[in-house]
Amino acid sequence: MNLLLEAAAWLADAAHWTGPGSVPVRVLEHLWVTALVVGAAAVVAIPTGVWVGHTGRGRTAVIAFAGAARAVPTLGLLTLLGLWLGIGLGAPLLALVVLAVPSLLAGAYSGVESVDGTTTSAARAIGMSEWQIVTRVELPLAAPVILGGVRAATLQVIATATLAAYIADAGLGRFLFNGLKSRDYAQMLAGALLVTLIALLFEVLLAAAQRRAARAARPAGQKSTSPSNPVFPKGPS
Amino acid sequence: MIEFCGVGKTYAGGTVAVEDFSYTVQANSLVVLVGSSGSGKTTLLRMVNRMVEPTAGSVLIDGRDVAGLDRVRLRRSIGYVLQAGGLLPHRTIADNVATVPVLNGTRRREARSAVVGLLERVGLDPSCAERYPSQLSGGQQQRVGVARALAADPDILLMDEPFGAVDPIVRRELQDELRRLQRELGKTILLVTHDIDEAFRVGDEVVVLKERGVTAQVGTPADILAHPADAFVRSFVGADRAERRLRTTDVDGRRVLVDDDGRPAGVLVAAEERRTAP
Ligand SMILES: Nc1ncnc2c1ncn2[C@@H]1O[C@H](COP(=O)(O)OP(=O)(O)OP(=O)(O)O)[C@@H](O)[C@H]1O
Ligand SMILES: [Mg+2]
Repeated sequence: MNLLLEAAAWLADAAHWTGPGSVPVRVLEHLWVTALVVGAAAVVAIPTGVWVGHTGRGRTAVIAFAGAARAVPTLGLLTLLGLWLGIGLGAPLLALVVLAVPSLLAGAYSGVESVDGTTTSAARAIGMSEWQIVTRVELPLAAPVILGGVRAATLQVIATATLAAYIADAGLGRFLFNGLKSRDYAQMLAGALLVTLIALLFEVLLAAAQRRAARAARPAGQKSTSPSNPVFPKGPS
Repeated sequence: MIEFCGVGKTYAGGTVAVEDFSYTVQANSLVVLVGSSGSGKTTLLRMVNRMVEPTAGSVLIDGRDVAGLDRVRLRRSIGYVLQAGGLLPHRTIADNVATVPVLNGTRRREARSAVVGLLERVGLDPSCAERYPSQLSGGQQQRVGVARALAADPDILLMDEPFGAVDPIVRRELQDELRRLQRELGKTILLVTHDIDEAFRVGDEVVVLKERGVTAQVGTPADILAHPADAFVRSFVGADRAERRLRTTDVDGRRVLVDDDGRPAGVLVAAEERRTAP
């Protein structure tokens, strides 16, 4: 409790809100790293996942890859990449991309795969091209699941981006590492609180986006019971 | 005109769905392919719009081999009605019906303005245009499927068990409407069903299929009932069923038709009494 008050006091200290390495700068860095990582991972993983879900090709390979990538310990990978790429943002960005890809990939391919086959087959039969089937049928219907993947990946990256500070001077992780080094536990906790706050904010935003997508994909809600006033005028006889 | 010229289909894995089928659907006629489950009806139907590529023979539309046509354009030029309706669940009825014209480049507003007429044509209240498929009953969805197939005004309609999911009363209603549409619009229609009564009700000509798309008999419904080609057709059309075997008895001067079980089926009317054909 005492520590929490100290953390609050640390956060309230105006000195921590201006200048290089201040709270706003670290928050922006953290958001920037998250956006860059999720963006880059999405550019690779979502088209791949959609393609796999659409064609059914490479499914086993993708599942195996996603499983393997999930099993990679991010800290270990970061150390390895750091040794290879040296100090700087390169290694953490790459390690975080590896962290984000599996969720995005799984969301994209399982979302597209779960679209009812009769719907896509019907779309094809009435003359949609494969591209039109993907963009006008599969993506809108799979959007809630794809966004679920984005949501999971974003939260993972926000939490884990603290590790970027391990070998780069960036992100809210700096407060954790600084605090650890100087035994300034108030600063550490303040950093952790800020990360939690950002994570919660994104959780709320992305959950809302997901609900919106779900409403667009199933606009009428659950299958309604037969309408009370049947729309059956008698045809001319 | 649709010509099947010695078409066959062996699916990957070795299932022979269709062995060797030849038949010509005349322009402006309504032909029904009827056969039991797995006889290759859907396979044959989908060869016409290249949803299935034959492994032997070819399909010609107005003398042109479909194999040489662009698939997407071919499909947009043919109306296709699927068993379950196959509507897009995330789009309104109006947008569903307007799908093909919009794909063809008609402006969305323009395409949607034609929707009311199309819905009326298939006997749906235009007020359902802004609803979503899941808000309609199975029979209403199937009507929307028919309206969608008609939207681009194709010469050819393919219908795969279009009335499968509805109760017998609505089914009859839809069958009658199909006949009416066929008369009014003069389309070439190829319809698939496993229901022989439906085939007889709507078909100008009926093709009875055995396993592997083998033709058991081709003819008008009357032909087939009068002269079933063999024991298979006899049993398939139920030629020996009591309700197919009618005779007349005299009831107070009226000639009443009764079936083999003695149940009355109707009265016999003289030629001059007949209502003019609907
Ligand atoms: N994509 C496919 N791959 C392998 N075999 C198939 C495929 N589609 C159909 N078949 C097989 O081909 C045969 C004919 O199938 P088809 O769907 O044409 O029959 P149908 O007459 O339409 O039957 P139903 O009345 O049940 O719809 C069946 O034995 C079926 O199992
Ligand atoms: Mg079938």
